Amino acid sequence: MERHALSLTGLTRRFGENTAVDAVTLTIDPGQFVGVIGRSGAGKSTLLRLINRLIDPSAGEIVFGDRTVNDLRGKALRDWRRHCAMIFQQFNLVDRLDVLTNVLVGRLAHHGFATSMAMQFSDEERTMAIEALDRLDMAPKALQRAGTLSGGQQQRVAIARALVQNPRIMLADEPIASLDPGNATKVMDALRRINREDGLTVLTNLHTLDTARSYCDRVIAMRDGRVMFDGPASGLTDRVVRDIYGSAGLEEFSESVTSTSIQPQAETISA
Amino acid sequence: MTLTAELTAYPPVSGPSAVAAFERDFATKRRRARVNWAVGSALFLAAFLATAWLGDFFKVTQVTLQDGSREWRWIIPAGLPRLGEYVVQTFPTLRWESLGADLAEWFWRWQVWLRLLIETILIAFMATTLGVIGGFVLSFPASRNLAPNKWVLWICRHYLEIARTVPELVWALIFVFCFSVGPMAGVLAVGLHATGALGKLYSEANENIDMAPLEGVKAAGGTWFDQIRYGAVPQVLPNIISYTLLRFEINVRASSIIGYVGAGGLGQEIRTAMSFQEYTDLSALFVIIFVTVVVIDYGSEKLRHRVIGLGREG
Ligand SMILES: Nc1ncnc2c1ncn2[C@@H]1O[C@H](COP(=O)(O)OP(=O)(O)OP(=O)(O)O)[C@@H](O)[C@H]1O
Ligand SMILES: [Mg+2]
Repeated sequence: MERHALSLTGLTRRFGENTAVDAVTLTIDPGQFVGVIGRSGAGKSTLLRLINRLIDPSAGEIVFGDRTVNDLRGKALRDWRRHCAMIFQQFNLVDRLDVLTNVLVGRLAHHGFATSMAMQFSDEERTMAIEALDRLDMAPKALQRAGTLSGGQQQRVAIARALVQNPRIMLADEPIASLDPGNATKVMDALRRINREDGLTVLTNLHTLDTARSYCDRVIAMRDGRVMFDGPASGLTDRVVRDIYGSAGLEEFSESVTSTSIQPQAETISA
Repeated sequence: MTLTAELTAYPPVSGPSAVAAFERDFATKRRRARVNWAVGSALFLAAFLATAWLGDFFKVTQVTLQDGSREWRWIIPAGLPRLGEYVVQTFPTLRWESLGADLAEWFWRWQVWLRLLIETILIAFMATTLGVIGGFVLSFPASRNLAPNKWVLWICRHYLEIARTVPELVWALIFVFCFSVGPMAGVLAVGLHATGALGKLYSEANENIDMAPLEGVKAAGGTWFDQIRYGAVPQVLPNIISYTLLRFEINVRASSIIGYVGAGGLGQEIRTAMSFQEYTDLSALFVIIFVTVVVIDYGSEKLRHRVIGLGREG
């Protein structure tokens, strides 16, 4: 697989008056495990969605290797989205379809209109999907409806879907924010394993500092759309953290850190 | 402006003055609500009376009494007895001792009627199929949350609107003119109207779906069609089946009327019976349509419950 660096130059996104992402300039080397932190509204999700091109930048450039990403359209754009897979806080699976079909959605970029509409997938693709599920210990659930799985299981299915895309980058928008600690650990471990074994670049938004410290090679902290800190997790001293979250934000933030062990949203996942 | 928005505009945020401000706002709001209600009721009453007057509900007409004298009466009590007369005329003579023969006489044209009944149901079936295909395909570009752009949205919504605003009978007249008398005109007429009606219902179901799965498909490199096929269709499928079965019943009813203008089905017999004043034929036709609709109603309701049940389970 080609290994390229992803570089953002002056990347900006405005929503009306509000600048969600403000002139972000970064280079992410292949194979890095990067965490993005920052308080709510800092622009973390917007940054990831810009990279995947779910939203368009107002200004700036996104370059992957020698390819300029920010003005791709049509087939080339869909191809880029396939190259940078994305997983979400709410999993974004199709509840009514079975797990296998959900994973096969990751293959749609390779399909023409007819086979896609008929939900026709080849045996090789099914094998790929089962292997991906198996890596995440989800193969036994392949024929179950996605909506009947627990949150942690759904997120692992989403990761399997991302894997069959054969991506070069894995974007994760708060992948564990609605999971209990046990499931959160499984999902983060899976991301780390994929990062190590496949050399896949992982860029993930996180809402807890301790997760960032224990998994990330590099941490990027955002505030009001700007990058406030960029360095190894060990560089996140108290002073830096106060800068990022502000003293009021810090209180709020430490609370959310401690509340991870007694997840307030735990009941939503006991499907 | 909402009440809370008005409240936050006041400087006092808490304490007695905040409560007083609330009381003042609340009183104003109540007064305004009462005025609105009174004006609304007056307008409604005026509109109702005006329509009743335009519709001749207050007309006074001359009636002939039993002793032969004529007298002026308000139209409603004057006309009601005639409804009874009409209904009585449609009653067939059924005697217990010769029930079989009487029934045979009542349904004397049963062979023609049976053929036309089958034709009616086939028209409804084919029209429903066309309506489902058209409505389904157009419902996605006609949904605000799914339309690829506002032009497509506008065109699809208006096409569906025209298709369902024009009644089946009018479409039938037009198609009889184009394609001559026969069931094909009926299929097209009922099918076009059903397209409009179903497309509207389907697109309303589409507008209530969860968009997250579609975003998931999009982020994986899926096209607009992929997003619809994988993200939207599985979510709305139970609704679509349910609306379709409901529509089939409605289409059977519609198909039994459109024959009146020559578009196939039982309607042509209704027309003949009316123009030749064959009152008992009318009641026989009514019984046939009624029984058919009840049977289809029952069957489709059973099916619909199973579909909805399946949708809920697991
Ligand atoms: N589609 C949108 N339309 C308008 N404003 C938006 C939109 N998406 C994001 N924003 C605004 O952009 C800013 C950044 O939002 P973003 O979702 O990126 O924050 P975040 O860091 O992911 O926050 P959280 O931790 O709450 O998820 C916020 O002020 C938000 O209100
Ligand atoms: Mg976010």
